[in-house]
Amino acid sequence: MTELKRLALHDLHTELGGRMVPFAGYEMPVQYPAGVMAEHTHTREKAGLFDVSHMGQVILRAGSYEDAALALESLVPVDVAGLSEGRQRYGFFTNDAGGLLDDLMLANRGDHLFMVVNAACKVQDIAHMRAALEPQGVAVEEITDRALLALQGPMAEAVLAAHAPAVAGMRFMDVAVMEIDGAECWISRSGYTGEDGYEISVPEGAADGFARKLLADDRVLPIGLGARDSLRLEAGLCLYGHDIDAGTTPVEAGLTWAIQKIRRPGGARPGGYPGADRIAHDLDEGPARRRVGLRPEGRAPMREGVALFATEDGEDQIGKITSGGFGPTVGAPVAMGYVPAQFAEPGTRLWGEVRGKRLPVAVAPLPFTPANFKR
Amino acid sequence: MKFTEDHEWLRVEDDLVVVGITEHASTQLGDVVFVELPEVGTKVAAGDEIVVIESVKAASDIVAPVDGEIVEVNDAIVDEPGKVNEDPLGAAWFFKLKVEDMDEIDKFMDEDAYKEFVG
Repeated sequence: MTELKRLALHDLHTELGGRMVPFAGYEMPVQYPAGVMAEHTHTREKAGLFDVSHMGQVILRAGSYEDAALALESLVPVDVAGLSEGRQRYGFFTNDAGGLLDDLMLANRGDHLFMVVNAACKVQDIAHMRAALEPQGVAVEEITDRALLALQGPMAEAVLAAHAPAVAGMRFMDVAVMEIDGAECWISRSGYTGEDGYEISVPEGAADGFARKLLADDRVLPIGLGARDSLRLEAGLCLYGHDIDAGTTPVEAGLTWAIQKIRRPGGARPGGYPGADRIAHDLDEGPARRRVGLRPEGRAPMREGVALFATEDGEDQIGKITSGGFGPTVGAPVAMGYVPAQFAEPGTRLWGEVRGKRLPVAVAPLPFTPANFKR
Repeated sequence: MKFTEDHEWLRVEDDLVVVGITEHASTQLGDVVFVELPEVGTKVAAGDEIVVIESVKAASDIVAPVDGEIVEVNDAIVDEPGKVNEDPLGAAWFFKLKVEDMDEIDKFMDEDAYKEFVG
C-alpha cells in the first residue's frame, strides 16, 4: 500500500477533532465533531472553511498569457485565449473519444495561466500537459509549496474582508493576488458548494496561521469532505470519477455552457482539441443520454450505482445514478445520474432499484438549491 | 441492559426484548436520515438483516440478535430518523422481539464488557 500523504494543515485537523480518512492518496478530514449535517447547514447559513490542499495547482508560462492560452486550447474545448486578465473559467481536458479526462479551473493571471485540477488526476494531467504543451514552448510548473483553502457561505465575504478588505470588491470568478499578513495569497471568488465564497492559495508556511485566524471568527466552522460532497451535490456540480469520466462527453454531462461559441463549429477557433468531432456531433444532434437531477419520491436515499428503470417491473435498465445521498438543505434525498435523452425531461417518473426493490424517483431540474453567487 | 458485538443494546421488558443501537454505533454512523423497519409479525432468526439504517454517509443493516418474532416497531424513528442520534438508548429503540428462549439474552455482554469491546 502506498503511504498516504499528509496535508500541511494535518495537525490542525486532528486538533479540531477531524475524522481522517484516505482520499486521493491523502489523509483528509471527512468530518469534524459537528457532523456532516451541521457542517452542511452551517456553510449554507454562515461560512465554512475547507482544506482542499490535495488538489493540483499548476502554472503555465510561455511568451505571454495568450501564447500559453492558445497552446492549452489544443487540449481543452474552452475559450482560454479570450479570458480577460483577472478572470477565471471552468474547463476540462478531453480524450480522442470526446470523453472527459478531468475538469478544472483556469485563470488569466496577466503574464501566466493558473490552473487548479483534481487531486486524483493531477499526476496524469501534468504529464498530459507536459507532453502536449512543452513542444509548443509552454513551461508546465506544478506548485507544491502552497495550501489551498476554500471559505464558502453567505458570510464568507465579511469574514475574509476583515483580513483583506479588497476581496469584497471581487465578483464571482474574479481572481486576484493579495498580501494577507505578509503572505502572498492567490484568491478567486469561486467554490464547489453553490454558495458565494473564495478559494485561497496560501504559502504552506503561512497556511496554519491563516486557517486559525479564519476559524477564530465565530461565523466560521471547519468543514470536512462529507459536507463538501453533499453541498456540491445539492448545487448540481459534477464530481470527477463519478458524474463525469473518460466515457462521458461534456454534452452528455450538461456542460455545453462551458464550451464557448468561439470553440464550436462555426466559431472563430473551432475544434482543435481531442475528440472535437465527437463533441461537434453531440452538439449538433444532441446526445443519446443526459445527466439529470433525480428526486427519490420516498425517504430512502439512492446512492451511486443504483440502477434506473423506465417502469416498476420492466427488465431493461435505462440508466444509473452517479451521485446520490441525503440533501440536508433540501431535507430529502437527492441524486444525479444518466438516462436516455427521451427520459431526461423534468417530471419524468423513473424507478430506482434499492436493495432489490423498485422505488419511484422523479427527474428534476438542477441545481436542487439555488446558487448564491455574487455576480 | 445487554450489548452485542453488532453494537446493539437489548433491554428485557416483561417477556419481550427491546432492541436499539448503542451511542457508539450512532456516533460512528453519523447523522441518520432514513430507517426502514420490519413488519410486525415477522419471524426472524439470529443474524437476519431486518432493519436498514442510512446515515448521510452510508447504508448499514441491523441484524436480529436472537430468534424471535417482531411484535412492535418504533414508527417515530421512521418519521424522525434524527432521533437515533439524539437519544439512541432511549426514545430511539427500533423494535420489540418476542423471544423463544430468554436464556439466549444472557450470553451477550454487560455494559463493562461492551465498553472494553469498543475500547
